[in-house]
Amino acid sequence: MADIRNNFVGIKSPNPFWLASAPPTDKAYNVIRAFKAGWGGVVWKTLGEEGPPVVNVNGPRYGAIWGADRRLLGLNNIELITDRDLQVNLREIKQVKMDWPDRAIVVSLMVPCEEHAWKAILPVVEETGADGIELNFGCPHGMSERGMGAAVGQVPEYIEMVVRWCKANTRMPVITKLTPNITDIRKPARAALAGGTDAVSLINTINSITGVNLDSFAPEPTIDGKGSHGGYCGPAVKPIAMNMVAEIARDPETKGLPISGIGGITTWRDAAEFMALGAGNVQVCTAAMTFGFKIVQEMIAGLENWMDEKGHATLDDIVGRATPNVTDWQYLNLNYVAKAHIDQDACIKCGRCHIACEDTSHQAITAIVDGVRHFEVIEAECVGCNLCVNVCPVENCITMEPLAVGAIDERTGRPVSPIYANWTTHPNNPMAKVAAE
Amino acid sequence: MPEGQFKQGIAGGRLSPEQYADNFADLHPPLDHHEALVESDRCYFCYDAPCMNACPTSIDIPLFIRQISTGNPIGSARTIFDQNILGGMCARVCPTETLCEEVCVREVAEGKPVQIGRLQRYATDVAMAENKQFYKRSEPTGKTVAVVGAGPAGLAAAHRLARYGHDVTILEARPKPGGLNEYGIAAYKSVDNFAQAEVDYVTSIGGIDIQNGKALGRDYQLSDLTRNYDAVFLGMGLAGVNALRADGEEAQGVTNAVEFIAELRQASDLASLPVGRRVVVIGGGMTAIDAAVQSKLLGAEEVTICYRRGPEHMNASEFEQDLAAANGVIIRHWLQPKRVIADGGKVSAIELEYTAMDGDRLVGTGERLTLVADQVFKAIGQSFVPAALNGSGALLDLEAGRIKVDAEGRTSLPNVWAGGDCIFGGDDLTVSAVAQGRDAAESIHRALTSNGRA
Repeated sequence: MADIRNNFVGIKSPNPFWLASAPPTDKAYNVIRAFKAGWGGVVWKTLGEEGPPVVNVNGPRYGAIWGADRRLLGLNNIELITDRDLQVNLREIKQVKMDWPDRAIVVSLMVPCEEHAWKAILPVVEETGADGIELNFGCPHGMSERGMGAAVGQVPEYIEMVVRWCKANTRMPVITKLTPNITDIRKPARAALAGGTDAVSLINTINSITGVNLDSFAPEPTIDGKGSHGGYCGPAVKPIAMNMVAEIARDPETKGLPISGIGGITTWRDAAEFMALGAGNVQVCTAAMTFGFKIVQEMIAGLENWMDEKGHATLDDIVGRATPNVTDWQYLNLNYVAKAHIDQDACIKCGRCHIACEDTSHQAITAIVDGVRHFEVIEAECVGCNLCVNVCPVENCITMEPLAVGAIDERTGRPVSPIYANWTTHPNNPMAKVAAE
Repeated sequence: MPEGQFKQGIAGGRLSPEQYADNFADLHPPLDHHEALVESDRCYFCYDAPCMNACPTSIDIPLFIRQISTGNPIGSARTIFDQNILGGMCARVCPTETLCEEVCVREVAEGKPVQIGRLQRYATDVAMAENKQFYKRSEPTGKTVAVVGAGPAGLAAAHRLARYGHDVTILEARPKPGGLNEYGIAAYKSVDNFAQAEVDYVTSIGGIDIQNGKALGRDYQLSDLTRNYDAVFLGMGLAGVNALRADGEEAQGVTNAVEFIAELRQASDLASLPVGRRVVVIGGGMTAIDAAVQSKLLGAEEVTICYRRGPEHMNASEFEQDLAAANGVIIRHWLQPKRVIADGGKVSAIELEYTAMDGDRLVGTGERLTLVADQVFKAIGQSFVPAALNGSGALLDLEAGRIKVDAEGRTSLPNVWAGGDCIFGGDDLTVSAVAQGRDAAESIHRALTSNGRA
């Protein structure tokens, strides 16, 4: 049986599945239920500084988009950090950590961007026995208007400064949570590393409006006729999050920096993909908010089964395995040629491949052959774009088949070259780095 | 058990009022909003969709389903009505399993087609519930058209003609319009008086005058129409019922299935409708199934359909055959009626002969079977009665006993078009009658306005 125990910057948990800092981790009651269900750890919902807690809106906090049969695809929220008293949270953290010593408890923090504020909160958190802290530099709504959350995360210099304060004032490992609402995710990651962070976690939520009420012409969720952008999360954001994880994992400047992957993780497969791209563990929220804590059992069993099947003994065997295969476009092999192939036995003749190719691509799929409805790839036109594969409703009906070296590409009339050649050396590239004769 | 159930002979009141209500409830209850969204999402929006090509009225099915999925059922209904103004009834009575749903790619892929008929009903129900009228009459042309028969063909023709601004008079032999939608078709396929509601919806466009109780050949002649109107559309259906050609078929208790169905559709109290304890239905089409299933639902203890060929030859679809079986109807094949046995003038049994194929020919094998029966329904097809056309001046050309028309629905007489079951090539489907009525109306419009320009 695969060993899925996780050691993330020294924080140990029985599995790599943590609950992200969010409503599911706002109080002991929820966290205990999560641990009972099997979650390896939690990042306790963000604490603010001592004093009157923040207040939340009293209307809807969430918006959503749905797929077929009202499957929740994306969730947006305008909830702020914890609105419970700091001392209550600290007492509960301490108690839960004592009762569940094998589980990871990391405390998310957000206080004003002043050293004294951080100096004040770090010792009281440390006193709870928590395993580490996560700096919330990501929250994109409300708190950012007050100079915290994403307002810090969008300025690399601030990130570096705050991380440095934290590292100087606590022995706890520091995880810096990054906002995706930025042009180049590598910049804040480099800043966090420069400040001495032990790890980064990403992504926080994405600025979003999930819908507009077409009767009231107000964005949703609507509070008394008005709406504010919220933070977007859930399955819809997973591709964005994975790219950002990969960007940091393969950046020479941050190579090796531990990453806690967050963003739409719903199944064991999602988690495995994040880890393959370089995440040392994963954090989950929307999936739990949609289905309840029990889903972790599927994640654990699924990850173990897959690892057993593939012969991966520990998480170290999978973390970062896909990172070296993420590269820049300019390094992709332009001599690789693939053609779509339609399995006629599997084809149900819906014609979507044809019309997608005909209307929007390369006119490379027939509709009628010899007077009969028949969908077949015209290899002389197919550029191997994969659009037909993606619009086909039948799994594995259309596949991309690589042409063997030496085979003639009917589109170009040329044989497939055995030589790897990319854009950097291509004759059409005015910047081509021509190999020395 | 109500005591009436086992009453001998033809009797009413075999069931409790609750049982009647249950038995004759909607066969396919309407989809609710969420069900419609889920089902519409199953549609792949196929290119050159097979379902659309299979629909006799060529409704743009992928488009109307997509409109449902995007929360636009009104737009969806318009897409349907553009092609088929009787889309509401067709959604209920079309044998979709042999038309659009049979060729749905999801039927091919997984044996579970998108429920096109029920989605069509969803959209048309939404529009009809708010009496959403999509079409306005054009400026009056001053041209008049007589339509014979207020069935699906006549109504479709009348609506299209009225849209173009022509004045339409529909002459209907029966007391109510609707044709087979009102008098044929099993009751559980068209509940809540839908046929009349649909007639009202269709005629709301204006310019359509329906005169009931006016039968061609009885109350007026075709020549009257050709003389008094600019054009005539014949959509009177089939008035005749084929005989059993069995000895003794005049016995009491031997009834035409179409009459039984019509009576049932018009009955205000089903308990008052008598049915036999042991019913035999002769035939293999939809009428046979409708009569048999409804007999069973009215409380007949034993209902048997006897058909002279095999299951694969039946005109009733596989779904309809299954529906009959599920309701406890026994379908027996390769049997033809030979003799009705009467007792005191009332049918008491029917003697049948087994049949077999001798090459291409169906022959009796000589082996006989007698089934006890107190009621026998004849459902071996209907026929066109050309006598109604007497007095039309020059006679209309017929083909195989029905009116001969060209591709546009023109008959051999100038200014006379025809469509629906009364024409040669009519296939006994509501939806085909609608298509023929609609297309004939287009042809009439072109003729009346010199190629569409008034």
